[in-house]
Amino acid sequence: MAGIAAWGAYAPRLRLSRKAVTEANAWVAPNLRAKGKGERSMANWDEDALTMAVEAARDALGPDDDRGHIESLYFASTTAPFVDRLNAGVISAALTLEKSIAASDVTGSQRCGLTALGQALAAGGRSLVTIGEHRKARAASTQELDFGDGAAAFVISDEPGAAELLGRGSVTDDFVDHFRGDGGGFDYYWEERWIRDEGIVKLVPPAIRKALETAGLSPGQVDHFCFPSTFSGMAATVAKAVGIRAEAVRDNLGAVMGEAGCAHGPIMLAHALEDAKENEVVLVAQFGQGAEALVFRATGQRRRPARGVTGSLADREPETNYLKFLTFNGLIEWDKGMRAEKDNKTALTTLYRNEDMILGLVGGRCRETGVVQFPRTRISVAPNSPAVDTQEPYRFAERRANVLSYSADYLTFSMAPPNHYGMIVFEGGGRIMMDITDVSPGDVETGLPVRMVFRVKEVDEKRGFVRYFWKAAPDRAAIAARNAQAAE
Amino acid sequence: MPRGIRDKVAILGMGCSKFGERWDAGPDDLMVEAYLEAMQDAGVEPTQLDAAWFSTHIDEIGSGKGGTPLSIALRLPNIAVTRVENFCASGSEAFRGAVYAVAAGAADIALAVGVEKLKDTGYGGLPVANPGTLNPQIMPNGSAPGNFAQLASAYRAKHGVSKDELKRAIAHVSVKSHANGAKNPKAHLRKPITAEQALNAPLIAEPLGLFDCCGVSDGAAAAIVTTPEIARSLGKRDLVTVKALQLSVSNGYESQYNGWDGSHFHTARIAAGKAYKEAGIERPREQISMMEVHDCFSITELVTMEDLFISPEGQGWRDVLDGFYDADGGVPCQIDGGLKCFGHPIGASGLRMLYEMYLQLQGRAGERQLANPVFGMTHNLGGAPASNVCSVAIIGQEGA
Repeated sequence: MAGIAAWGAYAPRLRLSRKAVTEANAWVAPNLRAKGKGERSMANWDEDALTMAVEAARDALGPDDDRGHIESLYFASTTAPFVDRLNAGVISAALTLEKSIAASDVTGSQRCGLTALGQALAAGGRSLVTIGEHRKARAASTQELDFGDGAAAFVISDEPGAAELLGRGSVTDDFVDHFRGDGGGFDYYWEERWIRDEGIVKLVPPAIRKALETAGLSPGQVDHFCFPSTFSGMAATVAKAVGIRAEAVRDNLGAVMGEAGCAHGPIMLAHALEDAKENEVVLVAQFGQGAEALVFRATGQRRRPARGVTGSLADREPETNYLKFLTFNGLIEWDKGMRAEKDNKTALTTLYRNEDMILGLVGGRCRETGVVQFPRTRISVAPNSPAVDTQEPYRFAERRANVLSYSADYLTFSMAPPNHYGMIVFEGGGRIMMDITDVSPGDVETGLPVRMVFRVKEVDEKRGFVRYFWKAAPDRAAIAARNAQAAE
Repeated sequence: MPRGIRDKVAILGMGCSKFGERWDAGPDDLMVEAYLEAMQDAGVEPTQLDAAWFSTHIDEIGSGKGGTPLSIALRLPNIAVTRVENFCASGSEAFRGAVYAVAAGAADIALAVGVEKLKDTGYGGLPVANPGTLNPQIMPNGSAPGNFAQLASAYRAKHGVSKDELKRAIAHVSVKSHANGAKNPKAHLRKPITAEQALNAPLIAEPLGLFDCCGVSDGAAAAIVTTPEIARSLGKRDLVTVKALQLSVSNGYESQYNGWDGSHFHTARIAAGKAYKEAGIERPREQISMMEVHDCFSITELVTMEDLFISPEGQGWRDVLDGFYDADGGVPCQIDGGLKCFGHPIGASGLRMLYEMYLQLQGRAGERQLANPVFGMTHNLGGAPASNVCSVAIIGQEGA
């Protein structure tokens, strides 16, 4: 029976204080004051559904950068950056998966994350399922407070692995609780009471019952019930309706990260797998034009991801600047200055010719001298040893690195000034002058351990193209280890 | 081993426009201003010019590509005009072309003109350059100050210098240049500043503040060169000759190979070593009378003092604070105010540096005149610490 071999998750470090939002908006939306509690995850300006999915996938795959075992790739999102360009193709290139894999984007509903997971489990073989979501909401809306950003990823295999799939249930019904039309923009919601009573309560239970029925389990056997909803007490109501024990209902993490759309069911599943003991039953369901439900049995043979949901939630940077949130989400017309007027048109020929270098951070290693370099070139950079055509592809993305030199630049245009960048030196050889992200003034110094992260490099607003590349971010685990060593 | 350029070519005349925010002047006006002064100084007619080299860096907003902008502005007699571009070292490159043509015998008298019209962008700082198709997909979204500021972090780490100590040293670099620039009527920035002003100025790129950055200026400079024999036949005495012209260009070692430590200029050390050899200089700290270096940023000047082998490695910041490079110090540096205060019209800067050395060697530097200079060195850099072109030129009294 197919199962989940490994999983990973990602929530952006920034956590926006809801109180900061409700207080700023109290003049126009005093009714939202009561929701001013806790915090929501907030993507940095250079993060989107796709980059977060890459981070979750790297968490699931682990540090071994030989990913030849993956045969197919799924990317689920309702906020994918491209409508017509295979988003999974970008993820595949970032993860340096084989060119021979099958890949698909799954979208169209809040349940599409679980749909992708169900499809991968049904298809068999070794696959990678990634789910990322970065929804926009209007200022002073309920959604702005309820939503969060995040991603999850699962490695699927034909063996049970960490969790064996026991059953699946689906309901499809064109119940439009909300929609987002062509052209992106914002969700348009119908009345909450109708969504709850006519939608969720009637459409989710049949999917859950079907999943349990195929698994041959009774509702009372469910140990972990994962059901995301922004309506308070909704998961408990659904559990009660189908006979799942109240203690099995899991925290939906709304207080600490908000709800990450189609990625949220998968995030809750990943979180449950981090807690589940051997033989415990995990049921995950998500609503959206019907519902999708998957039921698993934890095997106890789990390889915990380096970060996972638990680690993602622990790695947090409080943000109380609501204006920054609005700016990052394109909700403010702000004066970027003349330096931002440059044309960000991307030469697609150049991009494709250098695909592994730009999207996969692949450089070269001289097979004669072992010298590692970025980028890969016909003539080796090694001083006094200009070997020709000896460079083999060499992946930098999972290598440990540190800062040699840096600056915090207030002159150049940046969405989060000052723009930090510097010379990054890799263990094992090689160096790259690159942007440094997820830092504030004072964070960076020569010797700072960093890790590579796949991020938005530039957005071509004129043409709707998003350019991606890798950046350095503080390797907080390595920094903590170094600090602990220094304290001894 | 090449025989080198030493004493083969003499400077017949030089000219330099007023630098600054020249709202009144386009690139043509600036070129004409520098050219007319140089022609008057040389005492030659346009028909005596055999060839010209024209340097400008940012053609998109300035004078335009090719050789025609110079030829048309100066109404040159249909002679060869070669446009050269080598980042901020473009001016030195124009000079090199003209000098080499004379040394080769291909031209008896050659002209070099460098110009840059920067103040037509609508914003401060250097114009945003066209980066091509690959670089913007991988390179950081940076600026010149951000690239050069990185020297400071690596220098501190390598030599164990504290943030405060280095900040004080680079502040003195700028205080000294402002004091010098105040005495130069052609300089862009002519107000002396205090160390406190430099230390407390708004940050541009950590740790560089406003006063750690050079002026962004409009301007042009020109040189006319010939052989010493022709110069003498034209009645010139006490010739200033070219002693060394070196250019070293990064090949990716600094930016792609784990060898360079980020605290200095690999190319500058190579170019300086070759230049001293070409000029026959063995003890630069004692023999170099004065220098104009590429102080695009204060930290650049500080590390350059070591790269040119004037200060011992790791000690440049102490020499700076000791006043060794002040106007009354051991080796006066930026006696005309430097890029910092004379200004930095990119394509003209290399020639502007030579202009000051030439005036000083001829005893024509007015209020700034130093006593009995013999060798003047210019250091003109283009690019960024991790990838650059570095020109080192030495001119001096003929026969010295």
